[in-house]
Amino acid sequence: MSGTMGNLLEVRGLRTVFDTRAGEVRAVDGVDLDVRPGECLGVVGESGSGKSVTFASVMGLVRSPGRIEEGTIRFEGRDLRALSPKELRRIRGRHIAMTMQDALTALNPALTIGEQILEVLYAHDETLPSVGRARTEAARKKAVEMLTLVGIPSADDRLRYYPHEFSGGMRQRIMIAIALACRPKLLIADEPTTALDVTIQAQVLELIADIRTRLGMSVVLITHDLGVVSEYCDRVMVLYAGQVVEEGPTAAVIGDPRHPYTKGLLRSIPRLSLRGQPIEPIEGQVPDLIGLPPQCRFYSRCNERIDACLQPIAMREIGAARRARCIRLEEETRP
Amino acid sequence: MGRFLERLLQLIPVLLGVSLIVFLMLALTPGDPVEIMIGDQNMTAEQEALLRSDLGLDRPLPERFLNFLGNAVQGDFGTSYFHRRPVSEVISERLPATIELSLVAMLIALATAIPLGVAAAIHKNTIIDRIATVGSLFGVSLPGFWFGILLLMLFAVHLRLLPVSGRIGFESEVPSVTGFLLIDTLLQGRFSAFLDALKHILLPAITLGLPMTAILTRVTRTAMLEVMRQDYVAFAEAKGISRRRILFRHALKNALIPTVSVAAIETGSLLGGNMIVETVFGWPGLGRLVVESIFVRNYPLVQAAVLLYAVTYVLMNFVADILYTVLNPRVKL
Repeated sequence: MSGTMGNLLEVRGLRTVFDTRAGEVRAVDGVDLDVRPGECLGVVGESGSGKSVTFASVMGLVRSPGRIEEGTIRFEGRDLRALSPKELRRIRGRHIAMTMQDALTALNPALTIGEQILEVLYAHDETLPSVGRARTEAARKKAVEMLTLVGIPSADDRLRYYPHEFSGGMRQRIMIAIALACRPKLLIADEPTTALDVTIQAQVLELIADIRTRLGMSVVLITHDLGVVSEYCDRVMVLYAGQVVEEGPTAAVIGDPRHPYTKGLLRSIPRLSLRGQPIEPIEGQVPDLIGLPPQCRFYSRCNERIDACLQPIAMREIGAARRARCIRLEEETRP
Repeated sequence: MGRFLERLLQLIPVLLGVSLIVFLMLALTPGDPVEIMIGDQNMTAEQEALLRSDLGLDRPLPERFLNFLGNAVQGDFGTSYFHRRPVSEVISERLPATIELSLVAMLIALATAIPLGVAAAIHKNTIIDRIATVGSLFGVSLPGFWFGILLLMLFAVHLRLLPVSGRIGFESEVPSVTGFLLIDTLLQGRFSAFLDALKHILLPAITLGLPMTAILTRVTRTAMLEVMRQDYVAFAEAKGISRRRILFRHALKNALIPTVSVAAIETGSLLGGNMIVETVFGWPGLGRLVVESIFVRNYPLVQAAVLLYAVTYVLMNFVADILYTVLNPRVKL
């Protein structure tokens, strides 16, 4: 992978483990990733593939018993792992923001949404007047502006409302407004649509895409929906059992998947054009992440496996912009 | 508002039931108030019968009960056999001492338990947590009379730092305004008397508040641990706000919801549970009055005091409900 200075976020060799009674769970095992300025990166994988833990690691939010074992995380060239908690807090919420899966649980039920958006501004926004009424007024104005931008009508009144007084879609918008309050350079959206109705899903995704272009920020869209990725993401990264298995420009990966897991994921999507035909699930389950043998992690579920797959498999380049972790890349496995 | 009325209506069956039970228990307890009053004096059978009918004790039980109820509804709880004065008057004299003691006990409990519970939760599985958990186990298990006596021996007898009993020293007595000595002394600008009252109340309040402190520490710790696991705390962390704000604004505000409810209910039982503490520390409050009254079979006073305890308990439960609503915006009264 060509590590360039132009990357907004650059992660190399990230390993995050959880010490459990049963053993050490390698939730993220040697992940490399880049996010470029202004791009939208889709991160795909099933539950337990390590996509959320990867970005919790980036944010410095891995909770005990989890810990980052090794790797570097560079944001605008600064090594985030070398920063003190206080320095990291100055980046979190200001330059890198995050939204969670379910706004219902991510918003504090006991605080008004006004307080929850204003506190981010107070914590980070240096353009606010330093004291007094002017400070409050300026912060309020910005909060209202951001809430209006995400489509909350009469936001000025709504500041004193509590989260439970909004609908699910509105709550999602409010959470996005809070995340974007300081106009971050990078938004990590962790499954922004999983908790929503289908109709509202599209609205929320459109909203993120729209704000992304307006603010010129980069977006990492964590999802398990390849449909969402193909519509909104410039590049896509597929994670499996804590490792990146395939990565590249969205159109190329989806049009011509090279890793058997990516192929399987694409085959398991219901499509109107294949109506009447049964969808093909990927057989088997994600392997237990404790004490993994040093072989291809997809081996037990792969329908293209050969004996050579029982050795450690490295990530390999396919052309300039693509990579995949499969030993049979050179073979023309497609008919 | 509907809930409020419902609560008030609930009081009626509770009070009826409590009245009946207390009445029957007193009637069934061996010992006769008239005999106790006569004591060693020589009295003719006629005099004794006269005294008995004077007190209404010659009437059949059901009639005595209905009489009591009829008068009680009109706010008349009868005359204390022993004091020869209306029961309500005797009780209201003693009540401020008990309320003052309970409130100070509650304040001590809250001021200790909440920081301790929060610290235990933040430093889970460290020495702080262990001290808090084991300490609260002791706190619930130690009998008040024993713990109180230990405190007395240490601070009053050996170290001579604090007085042994009573509410205030002889030389510090002030005219009563509110009946709460801590307030009265301050109102009259007598700071040394205030300190004296404070010294007197310290040990009994700690003893009385100990079980509540223990329970609240555990409740706070558990609630804090539960809350710290919530998504909204993770989201708050992702926002890059200060750790203090996350702990005290985001986490504690939610963790206090169960804590405050339990505290209100516990305060209800504090008011009714201080007979032992008041006896150990010679505290001139309602608890000791009730104990003395039970010994002399002073029926009307015991009856009224127990009803008061019941009303307090139900009302404190109601207060717990209200506080729950105030702290939790998702619930409307």
